Amino acid sequence: MIAIIDYGMGNLRSVSKAFEAVGHQAVVTREARVIADASHVVLPGVGAFGDCMANLERYELIAPIHAAVQSGKPFLGICLGLQLLFTESEEFGVHKGLGIIPGRVKKFVLDPPLKVPHMGWNEIQIVHCAPPFAGIAPRSYCYFVHSYYVEPVESSVVATMTEYGRPFASAVWKDNVVACQFHPEKSQAVGLQVIKNFGAWT
Amino acid sequence: MLTKRIIPCLDVKDGRVVKGVSFVNLRDAGDPVEVATIYDREGADELCFLDITASHENRKTIIEVVEQTAARVFMPLTVGGGVRTLDDIRTLLNAGADKVSINTTAVQQPEFVREAAQRFGTQCIVVAIDAKQSGQADRWEVFTHGGRKPTGLDAVEWARRMEGYGAGEILLTSMDQDGRQNGYDLALTAAVSERLSIPVIASGGVGTLEHLYDGLVKGKADAVLAASIFHYRTYTIQQAKAYLRDREVPVRLDPA
Repeated sequence: MIAIIDYGMGNLRSVSKAFEAVGHQAVVTREARVIADASHVVLPGVGAFGDCMANLERYELIAPIHAAVQSGKPFLGICLGLQLLFTESEEFGVHKGLGIIPGRVKKFVLDPPLKVPHMGWNEIQIVHCAPPFAGIAPRSYCYFVHSYYVEPVESSVVATMTEYGRPFASAVWKDNVVACQFHPEKSQAVGLQVIKNFGAWT
Repeated sequence: MLTKRIIPCLDVKDGRVVKGVSFVNLRDAGDPVEVATIYDREGADELCFLDITASHENRKTIIEVVEQTAARVFMPLTVGGGVRTLDDIRTLLNAGADKVSINTTAVQQPEFVREAAQRFGTQCIVVAIDAKQSGQADRWEVFTHGGRKPTGLDAVEWARRMEGYGAGEILLTSMDQDGRQNGYDLALTAAVSERLSIPVIASGGVGTLEHLYDGLVKGKADAVLAASIFHYRTYTIQQAKAYLRDREVPVRLDPA
């Protein structure tokens, strides 16, 4: 069973429906026990970084997330769920993140005509093929919507790169943790393949 | 490279598609879920549902439509029409919408946009602006209630204000051009897009593929919305994208 962590930030229905569509059973939960018993864990999220961390604390989900990562089971962060894994974010002041991947979350500062948020379909270039990206064609398009990007300390964790005014890490991979800035659950066939691969990853 | 988005828009009333849709291969052309599935297969970049249900009692039908669509197509979905409260937004997002578009309520209570962006994130708050030429050069006035009610607001200034309040995107419809198939109001679109740092979707007036090109290149829009040309199968999404790609507009055109 795949556990999708619900901490009151945004729409998780699309994420769970995407897992169902590719034949994986998923449950939306905020219970530590369900997360501990799950074979795979997904940390989604939209909204502001500080609010998300506050909600993770409020629902006492920080310890269960660290336990899941340390247990070695496959762990997937999506969008804000990627950013939360980092050391800190500069969104509306400096906020501490989960500190699972060393690095910072920074705001896009771009010259016109580039708009922020970075919204729409952009290419991902696979640098290190993490298991969820197996069989994904080079330069596939995925759907993005974000105003902040991650800057990992160690370049070895970068799984995919994307260009928007500057190259940025659009996915990272460290041991059993894979996280992507784009939304696989909104990226049609390419995204569903990533979700299917993740669910099959052991 | 970030690609320009092509967004088909469906007007939905009491759970049914109302602007004529003429797909030959559809079992039920009035079923928004089925139409959404076709556009998904053709590689539309997003979908937009505009709920024009008049009576409050029938508004739950759009929720069912969104739920069924989100369970079948895995692409971004914007839903607008009659969004008045934070609860309306929460209900639509929980049903599977990714973005909610706010029009009349933004004009009536601008603070609502700020609250919505703070609560749900700027990425899911679209402010829809219906604008009409005011008679003065390069000035457009904002209208509400489906284009019936003048507000006295300048469209460019209003768009900037909404950006400041936390809108993540502007859906800009020219009331002069809407339904005429004469092309977008390019001066309006460019005026708004150039003054904003958030994405702008051009809407109202598409009749040809050249109009899409003009909206993206001359109007400097980040995305183009169209209804009739796709619903009546004048062009498919793929034809539109191939046309744009041949003219060096970045579009997503991989096998869907």
